[in-house]
Amino acid sequence: MEKTSEYLLELKGLTKTFPGVVASDNVSFQVGHGEIHALLGENGAGKSTLVKMIYGVLQPDGGVMHLHGETYAPANPSAARAHGLGMVFQHFLLFDALTVIENIELGIAPELAKGDLRSRIVEVSEFYGLKLDPDRLVGELSVGQRQRVEIVRCLLQNPRLIIMDEPTSVLTPQEVEVLFRTLRQLASEGCSILYISHKLEEIRALCHKATVLRGGKVVAACTPAEESAKSLAEMMIGDVLVPAKRTETMIGAERLRVDKVSLPSTHQFGVSLKDVSLSVRGGEILGIAGVAGNGQEELMEFLIGERLTRRADAIVIGGVEAGRKGPDARRALGLCPVPEERLGHAAVPGMSLVENTILSARVRKQLAGSGIIDYARTREFMQEIISGFDVRTAGMDHAARSLSGGNLQKFIMGREILQAPSVLIACQPTWGVDAGAAAAIHNALIDLTKNGAAIVVISQDLDELMAISDRIAVIANGALSDPEPVAEVTIESIGRKMGGPSSVEHADVPH
Amino acid sequence: MFRIEPRKEPSTLMLYATPLIAVALTILSGFVLFTLLGKDPVRATLLIFYKPLTSFYSLSELIVKATPLILIGAGLALCFRANIWNIGAEGQFTMGAVAGGAMALFLFEVEGFWVLPSIWIAGALGGMLWAAIPALLRNRFNANEILTSLMLVYVASLLLSVLVHGLLRDPQGQNFPESRLFHDAALMPILLPGTRAHVGFAVALLAVLLTWALMRWHVIGFQIKVAGQAPRAARFAGFSGKKIVWFTFLVSGGLAGLAGVFEATGPVGQLVPALPVGYGFTAIIVAFLGRLHPVGILLAGLLLALTYIGGEGAQIAMSLPAATIQVFQGMLLFYLLATDIFVNYRFRPAPMKTAPPSTPASPTAQ
Repeated sequence: MEKTSEYLLELKGLTKTFPGVVASDNVSFQVGHGEIHALLGENGAGKSTLVKMIYGVLQPDGGVMHLHGETYAPANPSAARAHGLGMVFQHFLLFDALTVIENIELGIAPELAKGDLRSRIVEVSEFYGLKLDPDRLVGELSVGQRQRVEIVRCLLQNPRLIIMDEPTSVLTPQEVEVLFRTLRQLASEGCSILYISHKLEEIRALCHKATVLRGGKVVAACTPAEESAKSLAEMMIGDVLVPAKRTETMIGAERLRVDKVSLPSTHQFGVSLKDVSLSVRGGEILGIAGVAGNGQEELMEFLIGERLTRRADAIVIGGVEAGRKGPDARRALGLCPVPEERLGHAAVPGMSLVENTILSARVRKQLAGSGIIDYARTREFMQEIISGFDVRTAGMDHAARSLSGGNLQKFIMGREILQAPSVLIACQPTWGVDAGAAAAIHNALIDLTKNGAAIVVISQDLDELMAISDRIAVIANGALSDPEPVAEVTIESIGRKMGGPSSVEHADVPH
Repeated sequence: MFRIEPRKEPSTLMLYATPLIAVALTILSGFVLFTLLGKDPVRATLLIFYKPLTSFYSLSELIVKATPLILIGAGLALCFRANIWNIGAEGQFTMGAVAGGAMALFLFEVEGFWVLPSIWIAGALGGMLWAAIPALLRNRFNANEILTSLMLVYVASLLLSVLVHGLLRDPQGQNFPESRLFHDAALMPILLPGTRAHVGFAVALLAVLLTWALMRWHVIGFQIKVAGQAPRAARFAGFSGKKIVWFTFLVSGGLAGLAGVFEATGPVGQLVPALPVGYGFTAIIVAFLGRLHPVGILLAGLLLALTYIGGEGAQIAMSLPAATIQVFQGMLLFYLLATDIFVNYRFRPAPMKTAPPSTPASPTAQ
């Protein structure tokens, strides 16, 4: 490794302003050779703006960057790649209907795609313990395997700095271990890694250095191993963290029962539900863990009532068989769902918050009892949501899509929670909201159980599930495991189940 | 040079401005066209867009032409709002005329206050029946309603032709393919004495008012909007996509059928093979030019009626080609669709050196 300067990458006073917000405010830090450097911050802290500037997607308004001691100002991502930067995105840029090798070929510089690409893919993937079958269709791979495709694609370009954006949010704990081994190996070879995350334990375990961002500014630089998760969190939010706490609640009667539901998937690369059963009682929170794309979406469609079953007793809400009842009738029975996709599923992007309030609160809040929409009543309820859940909006007539992701999430959660459901089903309830708001949402869920509601939380965030659930089940490849009391499970044991029938070991075997 | 950026929210200004811009561009292109044809562009433009507004009679004719356009356009707007593409209003119009006309012939020489309503109801039912076919095919077999509704236009017009050649032919008509002239009790009451403007215009205004209220205040209108903008959110909300298909097709078919029977028992006065003259297609332009909003449709219907009347006038006065009207209507829709991009996007000068973010491959994010 050439060592023309002490640092591989050096940022000095990097600033980027968007209308109304300074997304990056005089940011300076350095990444050493072979260093795994964490970029830590809440949503909206300016991590992605910073990374986009380093990767050439955005140009800074002020400040300079040095790479190997030389001025570095990439005009676009290909310039950044030419300088030896690689990036693994949080949302993969892969074609489902193409094979691994085809995807890689499409995604790298044409010079690199020449020659025996297949054997180089196999070589690189084996060397770094990221085994891949080049001829599999990407649509058939698990999320963890897809990430490997992205990483291998990145490694084929011999990068000197790899940027990884929230890489573990889609992995099982076991897959995370494999990834960390790879990253440590890369670092030992002198490749630097900029690791973006808000998962504190991971950063403590993996990263050599950390830069903490808040409101676009660098607020702290530290050595993560010397900090505790709590102290890192407090640096991140700039406040003392009060996590939501479960207190004993009275467990009441059964509110929701799902009985042996099997539903074939409607999409080509979807997952079929296999013999899913569950039972939740009043005052109880059931957590459903699992890696994305293992049937959560299909389970949600079934629970909402978007897909009906032939058997009426496949789902029983408050003692009433509801398998043949649609979403309206289920809401009337007390079941309020929060699907994962905010824009386009839980809310209509182009419609105002007023109209989005009508969308799901119509039945329980009697906003259109006679068919005529009661706008006064709707506004009243919406005001209640906005103040109760601290939704920041310029006005209630603005389109849902103009809200930030976190604010929209708060609005949607508030809309369902304030309908006082007897069964609440929430998918990724705190996805994209900051730590303070997440704690508020968790507390609202816990309060709901105190009033006797049954809650199902489907989440990929194990920490969240461990914090608020009474029992945890795991969904893997469309099958739901038997729930276990949260006191009897460990991250380890859940992780093993998350791998499901096609576990990490199995995925490693090329065929 | 420029880049196209999505707006955070649709621009209200542009929403109202683009129809006007489209009209202006159409007139401008008309100028160029007339000059190329060797005609005086100022005179032609004035003949088309201004002359009809200067006499009482041509104003009344404007109402005659605008009536079917507004009626059909108001119904089509419901479909288009729901992202349902009923392109076959022309066929529903024809079947309305056939069913209503047949009823009028069945009741030939019968007097009574109920004669007129029966004819109208038959007309509306005829249109609804014809619209029910693509609705059924879509809901049952997932057949594309654009194709089915469009093809049924030609079936309807052939059916009309068959009937006036046979079953509904005037017994005293010397074998001309046309029906009897309807008797007075079956004809549309005239709104303005001495003109052809009939009460159908009042019905069209009522349709505008009712569809406006439906979209603004009723939960059905809300369902239509949600289904059109975000089908998954509609399912989440518990709205049935199939019911929305039925509702919008039946209402738009019914209104088109009503327009058909009004035309047959109004200005035409009998069933003839040439009854469908393209109102059902022009109404598509009316619906979009009017921003799928009932009040906009009222104005757009009057404007398109103006191009019919002014175009005919200019054809006669300046011996312009017969296609002039269609060319103008086509350009209007074309420019409207083209300028529509400004509602959701804006053009901005591109920063000097920024290249677009060229991520290796940019397929759908996983």
